[in-house]
Amino acid sequence: MHLTPEATLEESGEWLGLVLAPDQAKSCLSRLRHAPEIEMDYLFCLTGVDWKTHFSLVYHLSSTQHRQTMVVKVKLDREQPEMDTVSDIWRTAEFHEREAYDLFGIRFRSHPDLRRLFLTEDWIGWPLRKDYEDPVNMIKL
Amino acid sequence: MLEEIGTTEKGEWVINLGPQHPSTHGVLHLLITLSGETIQKVEPHLGYIHRSIEKMCESLSYRQFIYVTSRMDYLSSHINNHGCALCVEKGLQVEVPPRAQVIRVLMDELTRLASHQLWWGALGMDIGALTPFFHAFRERETINEIMEETCGARLTMNYMVPGGVMADIHPNFQHRVKQFIAFFRTKIDEYDELLSDNFIFLRRMQGVGYLSREDAISYGCTGPTARGSDLSCDIRKLYPYEVYDRLSFVEVIETGGDCHARYRVRLQEMRQSLSILDQLIDNIPEGDFQAKTKAVLKLPKGEFYSRVETARGEFGVYIISEGGTTPYRIKFRSPGFSNLSALDHMSRGHKIGDLVAIMGTLDLVIPDIDR
Repeated sequence: MHLTPEATLEESGEWLGLVLAPDQAKSCLSRLRHAPEIEMDYLFCLTGVDWKTHFSLVYHLSSTQHRQTMVVKVKLDREQPEMDTVSDIWRTAEFHEREAYDLFGIRFRSHPDLRRLFLTEDWIGWPLRKDYEDPVNMIKL
Repeated sequence: MLEEIGTTEKGEWVINLGPQHPSTHGVLHLLITLSGETIQKVEPHLGYIHRSIEKMCESLSYRQFIYVTSRMDYLSSHINNHGCALCVEKGLQVEVPPRAQVIRVLMDELTRLASHQLWWGALGMDIGALTPFFHAFRERETINEIMEETCGARLTMNYMVPGGVMADIHPNFQHRVKQFIAFFRTKIDEYDELLSDNFIFLRRMQGVGYLSREDAISYGCTGPTARGSDLSCDIRKLYPYEVYDRLSFVEVIETGGDCHARYRVRLQEMRQSLSILDQLIDNIPEGDFQAKTKAVLKLPKGEFYSRVETARGEFGVYIISEGGTTPYRIKFRSPGFSNLSALDHMSRGHKIGDLVAIMGTLDLVIPDIDR
């Protein structure tokens, strides 16, 4: 795709997938939002995934004009997962990114209000990570 | 920034609405910054009913995790289960028999009706009219009893399985649903007489909580909240599943963008649901109610996303599987989560009574948001 030279395409899933590096992700996502022939204006799912060696953020985008859906995945570093916020592109990302921060510890640069969403402010740890231990609240089956 | 309860430097009050409050429809804690009586900012605090369902599902099998989703949006429990079953079937590439498809759609539409009935009653109660609440719950009882006869439960009906439904419908089901359709058709007109044309109700709903189409798209709003702002987003029409592509019903869209438009969308949706039930209730095909699947399900390695239209909007189930018997990661895209993020934007400049009206028309169910 001439719009996203830095992305690798992935066609194994149901929709077209793009895999991006974190430093180029924001500009690529912004182009996907604003380019008139794509116009992905509806972000309907922002998921964080812990792959044990790295994190990944999965953005499910769709266009209300062209009725197309696509998936964008960004690979993040395991030790210090950071990503630029997209809440200035899609306002729905404000809550979604707070949830990803709360559950995984992924920091979003320039987020207007990055703090925990579901858990209390003094909670220690990132529960949805695969190496999260909580002897009080977790039961190992 | 996190506001302390009290007064800010500008002399604005910061007060609590909830988490224990009859109008917040669940445990939603809102921190409202007021200047006089006018709202400057609304900040939702979530997590009072966060049960880490997504983490739990990582240790549940593919047959088990479906039933925790009943507890999320408990007013659309069939539809939530349906979405999960669809996702697992997508991974297993299982074909659902026609009888099961029709039964599923019937259950979905009954659930949608029940949810909208409760919404209508609760909205009336929030505005101050107590009578609609009793009317709505009386009619809702009929649906609950129909569900109890077939599925065994009134609220969290664990009836859908990957491959179909758990058991065949009760012999009384068709007859009772037909009776209910005839009975409820007249009741919707009664609802209109009771509430929709009431002068006080109109004054409290019209012009309140305006959400433009661009904002609805940007905030990811879905369901009747977005359809009241001229955004066509009904999953049953855009990405049809089961037998929805063969049914004739209208996607209700209003252009007003205010509370009254969202109210009219849901009332019309009740009529459309009745029409769908009418089309299907006499045409349930014979056959199996469940496709043959293995006892222990294993999804192949990959990722699967399926979406259904609950009473609140798009419910998405995103499963990432590594080939085992339990999912590696499940994400539930809940409609209330995105609809709630637009609440702050919609209610600035209004009074607290208007905030209650806006929340009523957003139709939030907090366990759905918190998961």
